[in-house]
Amino acid sequence: MGKNVLKRIDLIFKHEDDCHEVLQKTLKRSDDELINELIGSGLKGRGGAGFPTGLKWKLTREAQGDVKYVICNADEGEPGTFKDREILATVPYKVLTGMAVCGKIIGATNGYIYLRGEYRYLVKDLEAEINKFHKICDEVGLNFRIKIFLGYGAYICGEESALFESMEGKRGEPRNKPPFPTEFGYMGKPTVINNVETLAHTWTIFKYGAKKFRDLGVQDSRGSKLFSISGDTPIPGIYELELGMTVEEFVEDFGDGDTKAVQVGGASGFCVPRKKFRDIAIGYQGKLTGISLPTGGSMMLFNSSRSMYNVLHNYLEFFAEESCGQCTPCRVGTQQLLQGIKAVKRGEKPAAYLDKLLSLSETMKATAKCGLGQSVANSFQSIVENFREEMIY
Amino acid sequence: MSNTVNLTINGFDVSVPKGTTVLEAAELLGIKIPVLCFHKDLCIAGNCRVCVVEQVGSKKLVAACATPVHEGMEILTNSLLVRNSRKHMIELLLSEHNADCTKCYRNGNCELQDLASEYKITNQDFIDLAVSRAYTIDAFSPSILKDDSRCIRCQRCVRTCDELQSVGALAVAHKGDHMKISTFFNKPISEVVCTNCGQCVIHCPTGALIERNYIEEVWTAIADPTKHVVVQTAPAVRIGLGEELGLSPGERVTGKMIAALRRLGFNSVLDTDFTADLTILEEGTELLHRLEKVLVEKDEKYKLPMTTSCSPGWVKFFEHIYPDMLDHMSTCKSPQQMFGALAKTYYAKKIGVDPENIVSVSIMPCTAKKFEANRPEMRDSGYKDVDYVLTTRELAIMIKQAGIEFADLPEEKYDSIMGKSSGAGVIFGTTGGVMEAALRTAYEIVTGREVPFENLNITPVRGLEGVKEAKIKIEGCKPEWKFLEGVELKCAVAHTLANARKVMDLVKSGKADYHFIEVMACPGGCLGGGGQPIPTTPEIRQKRMQAIYEEDMSLPIRKSHENPEVQQLYKEFLGEPYGHLSHKLLHTEYVERQRY
Repeated sequence: MGKNVLKRIDLIFKHEDDCHEVLQKTLKRSDDELINELIGSGLKGRGGAGFPTGLKWKLTREAQGDVKYVICNADEGEPGTFKDREILATVPYKVLTGMAVCGKIIGATNGYIYLRGEYRYLVKDLEAEINKFHKICDEVGLNFRIKIFLGYGAYICGEESALFESMEGKRGEPRNKPPFPTEFGYMGKPTVINNVETLAHTWTIFKYGAKKFRDLGVQDSRGSKLFSISGDTPIPGIYELELGMTVEEFVEDFGDGDTKAVQVGGASGFCVPRKKFRDIAIGYQGKLTGISLPTGGSMMLFNSSRSMYNVLHNYLEFFAEESCGQCTPCRVGTQQLLQGIKAVKRGEKPAAYLDKLLSLSETMKATAKCGLGQSVANSFQSIVENFREEMIY
Repeated sequence: MSNTVNLTINGFDVSVPKGTTVLEAAELLGIKIPVLCFHKDLCIAGNCRVCVVEQVGSKKLVAACATPVHEGMEILTNSLLVRNSRKHMIELLLSEHNADCTKCYRNGNCELQDLASEYKITNQDFIDLAVSRAYTIDAFSPSILKDDSRCIRCQRCVRTCDELQSVGALAVAHKGDHMKISTFFNKPISEVVCTNCGQCVIHCPTGALIERNYIEEVWTAIADPTKHVVVQTAPAVRIGLGEELGLSPGERVTGKMIAALRRLGFNSVLDTDFTADLTILEEGTELLHRLEKVLVEKDEKYKLPMTTSCSPGWVKFFEHIYPDMLDHMSTCKSPQQMFGALAKTYYAKKIGVDPENIVSVSIMPCTAKKFEANRPEMRDSGYKDVDYVLTTRELAIMIKQAGIEFADLPEEKYDSIMGKSSGAGVIFGTTGGVMEAALRTAYEIVTGREVPFENLNITPVRGLEGVKEAKIKIEGCKPEWKFLEGVELKCAVAHTLANARKVMDLVKSGKADYHFIEVMACPGGCLGGGGQPIPTTPEIRQKRMQAIYEEDMSLPIRKSHENPEVQQLYKEFLGEPYGHLSHKLLHTEYVERQRY
């Protein structure tokens, strides 16, 4: 507990007051150079899905379109995640700079921050920061403007295509893919949509070079990452750590000595039981061996006083309510999983019914229209398989 | 870059144009992939996930309806993974659905039921979610009944109401387990902008949206010996009814339909086409009258363009959306209502029956007609002009209930009076038909000559294009119509309310200079009406349209003003077209309605 085996990184929250210079210097470099820098850094999307950021910008730059957009996804809705809020509150200029550079590269003059409805209190300060930043853009001769779009509290609107629909004034329902946002995003135009943290990392990469970022992390999981740490830990909060650590290392630092499981990646992520702490790394692809888990940064620790049935019940209630309701596997599947574990717990269904539910969750993963419905299986399977007794008795 | 894409489906090679979906490519190979939320009339939703197929190399299944093909793609439509997933989809939908099929109006014609049967979903392991829900049934509308317990949330109705009709009466509300198809503030559909067109009903795969049926009421009337029950049949029923009774789309069943109606026990089997011909005389005269008022007298009380008023879905749409333009609409009642008004006046007198004892039933391809018959304005005979309106589907139900072998019936003829019609009356059942019929008559009244088209077929107003335009130059007028000499009559024809809106917005903004506009609320006109057999698809509409024009060509009289019974009606009863009695019985007024 609190052993400090993991190196604390201080890149994102380090206050730097050279926004003007960074933007000016960066804009002087060619688009190709910047994209190569970004690709070379190995930065992957910090929202959780882990799509290579440089590639996303490159594809959008190459996409046909007279109008393009940059959107910062600040609809931080995953249970147990609270890092983006902190970035926007303390170092917003890093995010704004990332958006502006992206706009210059892909050929967009407008950017939007899709801000979670619950973060309304940030709007005033953020708008002041945006105004300040617009002046800097004018000074360096960049035609770029950023606006805030306030969400209204639907989890699904963090899904990029549902987010576009929401911004367009429609019901927030995910679209069919393809086409992807790089070709057909907001208003049907090529769009780069990045998580807040991803954009903040581009500041580091453009200012200090790809190497500084790439030197952190392992293999295909490069750089540092913010973790929102909560649950049974003596030191909850936001920490910037290198990717590639094992859950065991993480628990040594953050656990309370009685950690039974860690939920990596929030409700849509995976539950790692104690017996697998050593085998599982946090990142996009494994260390040299073993399994690794991608994550948007939510780390929830549970000690032996917690019922994993209650944890799963809580997640499933969340999904049954937050599914947009559009596609069958997600709308009905989440309800069936929820009602199913309740029925097993009450003895109304035999324990073997859990296997039917596991098979259903597998179907949901393969058939749901968007990431929400596909990822319900993550927590469901990892909790049911590892804590089956707790589901039954 | 080549525009052809090569792929394999279940191991068979197929080459298709770029942009084709997996579903379409499979269809070319004769491989059927089941669908629920997909409908050829509508945009792709990809939300039921019943059409998922395996794309070799991808862990995720893809929705065949929503996935464009790409070069080298390998698709499996019946792998074990696909089958298991598809079964799960059907089981999930059933678990949320009031699956008490025997008590469902759509029992026997339900896409979910068909799938459940095809995949032999005999064990329902999943928890029944439907029982614990307080589903609502909205039965306030005289036209449409909405039963949320039967809804599978495919959103076909929402897309129909929005895309085809631009009405937007139905929308998705709430999310997750509370997600449902609802209306503005969850009001009954009778209290929102709903036009009662029934397109949601024929696009609904299950029994969530159905017509309000009046079958028992009609059986009761028929059984009552004190009642004289007359039935009128709309033009589009005779080319659709066969589909509900085992015949192929596009089969004309006029004679058999008449024979069936007689066997059901109706006292008199008459034809709405008769009043369609009458409508042409009234509406044609009204148009000529308006042209004179506007072009010669510059009387600002009269407005051009004049729009048709036969389609009650269109009328209600107009009242909601263009309440400030109501004087553009022809004051003519629809043929159904003209018939109703005459049945309890002229007809009653002719056959010597007290109108009190006449029950007037109409068979319509339409659900909005049910609403129309219930409008308070529609009582000019002193009684409710039309008592009960049945859809084509309801008639088929009655025929089946009566144990009639429809295919074996002889061909019979309509009774007289009010049973005779011209080909012009028949084509009311298709988009462009009213326009064509009106032109056949109006041109001849004005010039004394037939319209200058081969076989009287005014082809520019025919076909399934959304908005059609035609211009006819009037030359060689009779002396009393001299003011029309050289006038180029400009006409527009629109079907579906979305297309109607396009045309009317042009009119409203002063960008269109039409004289006469025909609008039918439903795609293809009445032949694709909300009361027609299910399914109705673009191909089926095409076949029904062909049948209507064949019926027109088969009749000895092709012009409304030559209908001898119509001539007799004016001579014995009405006097002259657009005259005093006509105004009392055959014309109406409209109501300004709000948008919500």
